[in-house]
Parts: sequence; structure tokens; C-alpha cells
Amino acid sequence: MRKVFTRPKSLKRTPYHYCPGCGHSVIHRILMEVIDEMKIRDRTIGIPPPGCSVFAHHYFDVDMVESAHGRGAAVGTGIKRAFPDAIVFTYQGDGDLAAIGTAETIHAANRGERITAIFVNNAVYGMTGGQMAPTTLLNQRTTTTPYGRDLKIEGHPIKMSEILGLMDGAAYVERTAVNSPANIRKTKKAIRKAFQAQIDDLGFSVVEILSPCPTNWRMGPLESWQWIDEEMTKVFPLGVVKDVTGARDAD
Amino acid sequence: MTGNAAVGEAAIRAGCQCYFGYPITPQNELTEYMATHLGRKEGCSFVQAESEISAINMVYGASLTGARAMTSSSSPGISLKQEGISYLAACELPAVIVNMSRGGPGLGSISAAQSDYFQSTRGGGHGDYRTIVLAPSSVQELADFTHRAFDLSDKYRIPVIVLGDGMLGQMMEPLEFKHKAPDVPPIREDALRGANGGPSRVIKTFTSNPSELEEINWSLFRRYKLIKRDETTCETFLVEDAQLVVVAFGIAARIAKGAIKNARAEGLKVGMLRPTTLWPFPSEKVQELAKSTKHFLVFEMNMGQMLEDVQLALGGTGEVQFYGRPGGVIPTPSEVLRVISRLYYQKGLK
Repeated sequence: MRKVFTRPKSLKRTPYHYCPGCGHSVIHRILMEVIDEMKIRDRTIGIPPPGCSVFAHHYFDVDMVESAHGRGAAVGTGIKRAFPDAIVFTYQGDGDLAAIGTAETIHAANRGERITAIFVNNAVYGMTGGQMAPTTLLNQRTTTTPYGRDLKIEGHPIKMSEILGLMDGAAYVERTAVNSPANIRKTKKAIRKAFQAQIDDLGFSVVEILSPCPTNWRMGPLESWQWIDEEMTKVFPLGVVKDVTGARDAD
Repeated sequence: MTGNAAVGEAAIRAGCQCYFGYPITPQNELTEYMATHLGRKEGCSFVQAESEISAINMVYGASLTGARAMTSSSSPGISLKQEGISYLAACELPAVIVNMSRGGPGLGSISAAQSDYFQSTRGGGHGDYRTIVLAPSSVQELADFTHRAFDLSDKYRIPVIVLGDGMLGQMMEPLEFKHKAPDVPPIREDALRGANGGPSRVIKTFTSNPSELEEINWSLFRRYKLIKRDETTCETFLVEDAQLVVVAFGIAARIAKGAIKNARAEGLKVGMLRPTTLWPFPSEKVQELAKSTKHFLVFEMNMGQMLEDVQLALGGTGEVQFYGRPGGVIPTPSEVLRVISRLYYQKGLK
């Protein structure tokens, strides 16, 4: 019998600790599928953040190294500069990449560091209990915006992909989502292109993934998927922001 | 050659492969030296980072791949590096951090000071950890200690701080380099460089199990005990018959040495203890000296920081006086001589 669906080799046989409906598990899986398909597992070094995915090394069967909050792009720079044969990816949330690590991320992109950021945007700080993130939508309620995010007080949600797209050193920037089978497939393709940009020595690559957090959004999984479509994508439109890879889009 | 350049050349000769820095006075000549002499070297890398925080995290990244990596800065920049130093210590990664310290607190001054003794020796970041701290007092020692810093760092897998100051960094002195640069920079065997067909590995400390973290702490401190036993160093000067021993480190020790020579010319029996490792501190040497000398004068270019280590070592035996000038003021040997003479006669020493 032909096997048509199986666990990626680079994904360990550990049950996920994530909440039901969380986007991390899907993203973990497709990320490891890409690493298997591109046959880069043996030279990949991953950098998970403090946050819900701090235990990503429980699942990813590639070399992994802990980073301080926000410093993933700087750690990745050090790894890649010292050991250019490595395939380096950071796995970062919105608080990590878009708040405390803004400087590290923008400058790594601007230098064109050959690293790939997997940027999971769920519009809240997940592990700390659902506080406002830089990407929290206007009027969105979080534990630190209990009356809803007020632009006069907390400012606007930050659009990192658009900012990173302005960096001359960025080779590939795309925003995707994991709230439907079609979007999951697109996300996987974007991750693949992002790694290819790194392998082809073209520069910095980032895939921003809109990802549901039913627990902190206080929604069911299905409602969360809908909220991404109906609310998040209005502020964070899906699509390629920048692509200098010259690769033909297979769609 | 300036002290700053000497550190750079010594680092390259020690096989330093990666340097990451951020401009700050008075250590810029070191960053510039590395940009010129390391940046284009085969297999090496120089990055002018966007901040000191990024620079130390790049060191962390480079170090875990097995490369010899360093950064340098001056006091306010070293404050920013503390987060990264704590992570390096936690993950047992070697790194060399050079501090050409300046006056503080705050933005302070750009003149030489020794106010970062606490920050360096107590581990300025969070958590229970130590860093080895080397204290040179000449351009020759800056070069020698930089080389030693890389060796100690690799041997004990611990961040090592070379604590200089703005004066040492910018002064010019003749020196001799005792090592030739290796043709290929060395790579540590336990480096993380991709699973390469084997099982994957992880470098981390975060755990939800306190006992596991406690064991990491115990293991670090078992190693610190070995470092204390085997790597504590100091220099003594005319202590055999001394009635009064001056304790000073770095550039202050050099100033004190001038004062002591003049005191000797006047017939005062004064000697000096100069710790060359600030952590581990040569407490046993202080205790040994206390058997023949009752009087100690701690002299520092700060408000009295190493003073506490001397007091701890003496544990109430002996009499300790302190003279310090903070803020980047450079005391003269004659000023220190006046302090020595006054103390000598006040205490009725002969």
C-alpha cells in the first residue's frame, strides 16, 4: 500500500502541549515538512523564542538554541557569520519580533543576513496570559487593554512585514495565515521559498503567519479562524510583500 | 601600539574568528582594529551591530557554533550586554568581553575609571553565575590577558571579562606578542553545527522543573570552585618587610607602584598586592599577608568596590583604610604618596 500521509521525519513523536485550536502545531508540522522535503535537516539550526513555543525543541528534531526574548535575529546573525553552511531559522512571536526584538530584526533584514524568520502573529502575548501585543487590533480586548485597544492611548497595530519589505537586504517577505487548508498550503509554500532565498544567498527572508489563539482570544477554534478572515486580514493583508527570488509562482 | 589595538591583535593571534561591536568611547580603536584586520580575513567575521545587546547576542550565536568570539565596549555598553552575558554563563558558552571602563554612573564621563568592579565581579546580569575577570595594568598585559581570556574561556566554558579602562585602552606602549596567529581558527569539538545525520541537540536552560535548573546551578558552581583553586592570580611588590600593604588593581596599581617606590625612597616600608584576577579574588593571599602586616590601604578609582573583597578576606583581622577617586578623575602618584605617608605616621608605623 502506498503511504500518502505521514509524520514528517524531522518532527519528534511528542504530543503537543499547545492549547486546542492553537496555530503552532500546524506551523510546526509544515515547517518540518519543508525541512524534510528540502533535505536540510542535518545542517539546520533553529532559534525558538521565550513564549508558548519555547519548548519547540521538544518537537523539532533539528539542532536548536535558546535565545533571549527578541534577540533571535542577532543570535542567528552570529551563527550564520561563524558557520555560513548552516541553515538558520528563528521562530518568533509578535511580542518577540515586533516589540522587544524590533531593532535586531530590522537590522538583520537590512544587512541581508541569510537567515529566515518564521514570525507567528496572533495579536496577543500568549504565554504570559493574553496581554496586548504590538499587533493587537484596535478595539481588541486583552488583559492589558481591558476596554479595547485605543489608538489614542496604545497606538496602532504594527505591520512588520510591510516595514521589513522596505529593507533593501530583505529578499523574501510574505504574510500568510493558517486558518484554512488553502491558507495552510500557501504558508507551507511561503516557508519553502523563504528557505530557498536563504540557500540561494539572496538575503533575509520572513514569513509572517496569522495564527489563531483561541484561549486568549476567548473564542472557539472555528470562531478564531473566522476572526482571522474577517478582522485580522483587514489590518494585515495576506500576500507577498517583497520577492526578489525571481522564482516562478506555481499557483 | 595603543592598548585597544593590542587587544585586537592579541585576539586575532588567539584565533578569534568573530568580533561583534558597537562604537563607544574610549574603546573605538579596538572595534576599528578588528574591522581592518579581522573583517576581511578568510573564515572570519566582523559586524558593527545595531546595539551592544545585539553584539553580545551575535557573540552567543557565533560561540555556540564553536568559534572563538568576542565583543568589547565601555561601561554603559557593558550594562547593556549583561542580559547576554547571563545567557552565555547559563548555557556554558565561552566568550571574551573587553570593558575599557569609564566614569559612571549613567552616561558618566569618557575618562578612565574603575567603577565597574561590582558589575564585573558579581555577575552584572540576572541569576547565580560568575565570570572570570582579568585586570591588566599595561599594554603588554592587555595583550597577554586577552590571549589568556580565550584559553580560560574555552577551558572552563565561561564568559571571561578583560577589565581595562579608558587610559589603558588609549595609551601607547611597546609590547611583544608571544603567539603567532593560527592559519585556521580553532573550532571547539562540542560545537552545535547541525545534527549531520546524528541526533539533534539543544542549547538551553529554560525548564519548568526547578530541580533541573538547580542542578545546572550546582554544576556551574562546582566548576567555579575549580577556577578559584587553579586560576587565581596576583602580583606582589615589596611585601616581604612591609608595614603597610596597598591593594590596587589595573591602572590604579600602576599609579600606586610609583607612589610606593617614592615612599620606599623616603624609608617607608610599603608594599603592594595587585590582584590580576578580580574574580576569583586572591583572598588567600590577602590572608597570608595579614599574618605579617596589620595595615592595608585599598586604593581604587571608584568609591570602594574591591574594598569589600579585601574586607571579606580579612574577616575583621587587620585594619583597612580606603582611598578612592571616582568619576574619571586620575589621581597622581604624589597624591597617593601623601595618603600613604599620612596613614603611615598616623598609625605610628616604623
